[in-house]
Amino acid sequence: MARETLHEVAMIANRSVRRTLRQPALIVPVVLFPLMLLAINASGLNVTKRIPNFPADSYLDFALVVTFMQGGLFAATTAGTELATDIETGFLNRLQLTPLRAPAILIGQLAGAMVVAFLSSLAYLLVGLAAGAQVKAGVGGAVVLIALAMLVALAFGALGAIIGARTGSAEAVQGMFPLLFVFFFLSSMNLPRNLIQAEWFRTIATWNPISYLVEGLRSLVITGWDGTALWRCLVTVVAISVVGFLGASSSLRTRMART
Amino acid sequence: MSGHTLSVARAVARRSLLHAFTNPALLIPSIVFPLIFLVSFAGGLSAVRDVPGFRFHGNYTAFQFVFVFLQSAAFGGVFTGFGIAADFESGFARRMLLASPHRSGMLLGYAAAGVARWLVTAVMVTIASLLAGMTVYGDGVQLSGLVGVALLVNLTATLFGAGVSLRAKTLQAGPLMQIPIFIGLFLAPVYVPLNLLTGWINTVASYNPVTALMIAGRGFLSGEPDKSLVAFVCGAALVALMAAYALRGLRRVERGL
Amino acid sequence: MLTYRAMSHDGITAKGLVREFKGAIRAVDGIELDVQRGEIYGFLGPNGAGKSTTVHMLTTLLPPTAGTATVAGFDVSTQGPEVRRRIGAALQEAALDNFLTGREHFELQGGLHGLAKAERGARAVELLERVGLTDAADRKVGGYSGGMKRRLDLALALVHRPSILFLDEPTTGLDPQSRSALWSEVARLAKDDGVTVFLTTQYLEEADVLADRVGIIDQGRIVAEGTPRELKEQVGRSSVEAIPANPDDRGAIEAVLSRFGEPAAASPKGVAVRLDGGSESLGQVVRALDAEGLEIAHLQLNAPSLDDVFLAKTGRSLEGAEEDRAEEVVA
Repeated sequence: MARETLHEVAMIANRSVRRTLRQPALIVPVVLFPLMLLAINASGLNVTKRIPNFPADSYLDFALVVTFMQGGLFAATTAGTELATDIETGFLNRLQLTPLRAPAILIGQLAGAMVVAFLSSLAYLLVGLAAGAQVKAGVGGAVVLIALAMLVALAFGALGAIIGARTGSAEAVQGMFPLLFVFFFLSSMNLPRNLIQAEWFRTIATWNPISYLVEGLRSLVITGWDGTALWRCLVTVVAISVVGFLGASSSLRTRMART
Repeated sequence: MSGHTLSVARAVARRSLLHAFTNPALLIPSIVFPLIFLVSFAGGLSAVRDVPGFRFHGNYTAFQFVFVFLQSAAFGGVFTGFGIAADFESGFARRMLLASPHRSGMLLGYAAAGVARWLVTAVMVTIASLLAGMTVYGDGVQLSGLVGVALLVNLTATLFGAGVSLRAKTLQAGPLMQIPIFIGLFLAPVYVPLNLLTGWINTVASYNPVTALMIAGRGFLSGEPDKSLVAFVCGAALVALMAAYALRGLRRVERGL
Repeated sequence: MLTYRAMSHDGITAKGLVREFKGAIRAVDGIELDVQRGEIYGFLGPNGAGKSTTVHMLTTLLPPTAGTATVAGFDVSTQGPEVRRRIGAALQEAALDNFLTGREHFELQGGLHGLAKAERGARAVELLERVGLTDAADRKVGGYSGGMKRRLDLALALVHRPSILFLDEPTTGLDPQSRSALWSEVARLAKDDGVTVFLTTQYLEEADVLADRVGIIDQGRIVAEGTPRELKEQVGRSSVEAIPANPDDRGAIEAVLSRFGEPAAASPKGVAVRLDGGSESLGQVVRALDAEGLEIAHLQLNAPSLDDVFLAKTGRSLEGAEEDRAEEVVA
């Protein structure tokens, strides 16, 4: 049975990757938009390095990982939208009429989002390095950075899949974008937590799981190998993934009410 | 302006507003996004205010309020553009074109609706900023100037969105409306005053008309007007340019292009 | 006319099948079915009658609220996987991925049905040729016309050689040529491959031409069932009306027509009889009139239609019936 499930996952993943790569409109903004923001913010907020105890040599180094997080956000909407579209068009019914198991649909669908995450992460890293950023954890750190970014995309993709499966509406998935956006901004994305002056904001950022994702990824760039930041990041991404998968599986099971 | 044009404008504006205010999916993002920016920038980046050379008479919340105020005006215009595109996609625009004796009234109506929608957001953002402790040193005339600058931004964005929608006639043109507006806003002194911007962005921002609008707005709020005339001239020019762009788009639609 | 094979449970059966939705809406209200293997069964009814809900239950996509049904000998409620192995379905939406090519759809569907790679490829070639899509096979489906999508949908439903095929309004929105091509293929499947076909439609002509037997459904219940001919004969036989070229020939025409049946209502200038031999005797009528040297200005055959059957059973015309019911709720 495990072999059959793997085969099914592979088939759905193949489809997901293929259709994602055939939609430049899905990939290009995901790559360009965060880089554009990075260019603006790296230059516009460069003065922040003058703030005492600012942990990086340049704001470019500090802000580079924000692009990876934005890539994860796009992955969420992509995965959710693709699943919702399959429900809207009836393609899910087509899949239900085969022996395909529900978990295989979910895992396979997320494969497309992961491919986009990999390509975009590679682009962010290469452009960042070309612009002068330095990854203090070295080549190994860069590999871990991309791997973690893909895990972040997987986690957010699963969250997007919950909305997609529950609502069956691509529009509703797009509507979730502001909510995730809020979480992103109410974190240590723009400044380290210890430098956030507004106490209420610092408290929110401390409780916000996004902060730990950002800090873990960022530590590889501006610090090197920071075990604490990395394990917090890993625990957070695994927790979000588990919640996402459980939620999406449950929603999909309800949606696929076949006997 | 003839009575017919005004009656068309009134009808279009009324319908557009009814549609916007009875659809939470349309209304909520236009209010939520500016508030997110306000909270995130004013709350999360307040330490930037203490960077040496930060020249602004007021706290960081007030500094960011002006950006958010203008950003909400700009995106309010973009959302109105989305509405026009949606009307074309659904075929409703064709109905309005057939029914309107003076079609330029349609543009006027959309623009008026855009302003009315934005005013709701503007009030929410202002209340939120005041509650967050924003400092206000401008007098009544200066604050009116701030609102005037924002109105010019809103009209520019609405007419730009209208021009794009009239040509594309589909919601898929959404990014074509959003991205230039977004870039225009962010290639300006968003986080710090112009004198603290370094590198290429300083050069670009210096020539960006949005910079003048932002500086003027901050000047009005802080009670120290700066670049006011330049701002209003730039704003008026942008409105005129986008009005011509939108009107040409309308003529193309009428010619069936 | 096809003769039925011996009674078998390898077809489709349903006993008291019910599906209720939220708000106590009974989309299907006690359906009884007995579709024989190899038969084309037409399920005719207006929008909202319960056709698609019935199909969704029989294809295991929706559990019944009450009642039982078997497909290919397996219970739809408790043996879903077994049922799905033996059925193919082309549902109301073509349900295709616009970014995949026709051939890639076969790869996916065939793979999910457990076909080996070589077999998937061969099956794709065979079925694409059968539905006339060989040239378009490597183009993305997003560029296909509506008719092409429907044909691909039908072909995909056959990839794993099912013994039972469900078609839910397969020709809605198609041009007459595409519709005719699809009918030919469906008829061939039943006749040559012995596939049982359960076809839902709101088109009278489709049920009339294709189906061996027709079940007419309205408001969740079957109101009439039988061969198209049997159903139409329930409401009356065909009649023929002749308008003479020369009004003086009226009496002679009346005498000729009276040999073929009893008088029927006619227009003021015409003569009409209800044909004892049905519409097949029209040729004889024409020859008889010709033998008497009688010139006819206008000859019209009026045959009862399935709409007449629906009208007789429900008091409403099939076309008007859709306004009386809210849209089907299908999960």
